[in-house]
Amino acid sequence: MTGGYITQQIVNGLILGSMYALVAIGFTMIYGIIRLINFAHGDVVMIGAFVTLGLLQILGWPFWLVSLCVLAAGAFVGLCIERTAFRPMRGAPQVTGFITSLAVSIMIQNLGIVFVSAQPRNFTFPGFLQQLLRVGPVSFRAVDLVIMATALVLMAALILLVRKTRLGVGMRATAENLDVARLMGININRTIMATFAVGGALAAVAGLMWGGKFGQIDPLLGFVPGLKSFVAAVIGGVGSIPGAICGGYILGLAEVLFVGLLPPIYSAFRDAFVFGTLILILLVLPNGLLGKRMEDRA
Amino acid sequence: MRIQRKTLLVVVLILAGLGGVAVAQRSLNDYVLSLVNFVGIYIILAVSLNITNGFTGLFSLGHPAFMAIGGYTTAILTFPVQRKAYFLAGLPEWLARTEVPFLPSLLVGGVMASLAALIVGVPVLRLRGHYLAVATLGVLIIVQVLITNLESVTRGPLGLNGLPALTDLWWVFPWVVVTLFVSWKIKFSSFGRTMLSVREDDLAAECCGVNLFRTRLAALVIGAFFAGVAGGLWAHLVTAITPKSFSLVLAFTIVVMVVVGGAGSITGSVVAAVVFSVLTEFFRPMEERLNIYGLGEIFMALVMIFILIYRPMGIFGPREPRLLKPDDA
Repeated sequence: MTGGYITQQIVNGLILGSMYALVAIGFTMIYGIIRLINFAHGDVVMIGAFVTLGLLQILGWPFWLVSLCVLAAGAFVGLCIERTAFRPMRGAPQVTGFITSLAVSIMIQNLGIVFVSAQPRNFTFPGFLQQLLRVGPVSFRAVDLVIMATALVLMAALILLVRKTRLGVGMRATAENLDVARLMGININRTIMATFAVGGALAAVAGLMWGGKFGQIDPLLGFVPGLKSFVAAVIGGVGSIPGAICGGYILGLAEVLFVGLLPPIYSAFRDAFVFGTLILILLVLPNGLLGKRMEDRA
Repeated sequence: MRIQRKTLLVVVLILAGLGGVAVAQRSLNDYVLSLVNFVGIYIILAVSLNITNGFTGLFSLGHPAFMAIGGYTTAILTFPVQRKAYFLAGLPEWLARTEVPFLPSLLVGGVMASLAALIVGVPVLRLRGHYLAVATLGVLIIVQVLITNLESVTRGPLGLNGLPALTDLWWVFPWVVVTLFVSWKIKFSSFGRTMLSVREDDLAAECCGVNLFRTRLAALVIGAFFAGVAGGLWAHLVTAITPKSFSLVLAFTIVVMVVVGGAGSITGSVVAAVVFSVLTEFFRPMEERLNIYGLGEIFMALVMIFILIYRPMGIFGPREPRLLKPDDA
């Protein structure tokens, strides 16, 4: 086990972490604003991957245009989910929203199976993204670099949005206290829709990356990464955006190192490891690394 | 006197059920018979999850995990010794040489599931609301991963197949009756009232001297026992068991039954279990003819969302029909 091997694993972990972080941001923003664990969020990842496949491979659009379209598609799906499933249920008990999100998730997955069939499809990025780059002992493809850079740019843009714009102020106020925010003249419906749109857009981009990284997509692909991103959000403290980013990278690194450094027999247990971590964190550190204290968790 | 009349009604219903079983076993074809068996198993699952989820308000997605534990335990115990030798060569010596009749196997399966619920419940039940749901979902995935990887005992992803087809209505019907009976007794006892009080307002319940943790744990463990039994019945009905059988979709299906029927209502769980398992079966030929799979799931999710929007307490709410209620309740 040389230093080069470990560096390589760390790079892989960072790539995986970028994707988890992008999805976890959506989980955390939605939870922060309406206290809902949105399980359908992972399926937006799947939709993003299939939109990429359709535009890039079948219609042959240029890569930058496809990326923009994927962002837009994700935002649109997020909006639709909020409008049709969650808005009629606002104010209902937490668990009701949770069951609804499971229902939406199962519906999206099965609609995926109906329309694009359960057959996994191959997914290739254009040639210039497939180039193999070498830095010292570490080798990666150009697409990995693009993934990490895009993730960082999007995260920076998001933090600017939340910190500096009127919309961001509205989001933070709504997350703080929905009723008071409404009294202050913030349009709650628009703010919540914007949150779902931003979360959906980031998740869809994660889907584009997922396809590019692993080369195969199917309608059920979003579910497990979605759950793991939720774990990432919990690690960072649900409700905190910097927390979600940290949680994503921590989980990505931990998962890759768990598989890479332990003997191969254990690598089949990686999902058990991730969800064991989840239960442990919920019990020991219920507010996560950067989350605010909330009473109703444990 | 009216109490006696109700007891009489129950006895008559059970006898009529047994008569129905006798007729059904003789006259129905295999397909319909297995469908009826599945309906029975779903009733056990929904009614037992209703104890955990409906009475006590613990939103658990771990039911299939307990089913899997019960199912695998039962399957390994009933597996014929001669076939174990080459089929499950990695088994420990004492397990490889035992072959147990169906009833004790089912009971052991249920007890193992309860034990697992006890071990899992002690840490996890400190969580509330949807955090509990997420943690139990984690438990489900961990159990799946463990079953997939403990190849010497479970044959991993291949699963166990060629199990003896022991399950028939003579097994399923009595277990449905037992589940209903236990659930009924719990609901209309002081213990059941304790559970309901924990669901309604845990702080107030605690102030009245209810031991929250013990009540929650009991609800999870009792639910898990019947899930384990149902898993055993399931395995010997399908005559095969794989880790994939106990998925999140199954957890969702059972939760849908409980919520649509009305969380806390035993009658509601039974009705919803019957309706949904028959409807899913109704969708299957259509899916095969059109070559479009997943219609049943989409339908179920839609029904779920509509019920939650327009009738959030479910069809029956927490109530039972008056005809069946004990008079003092």
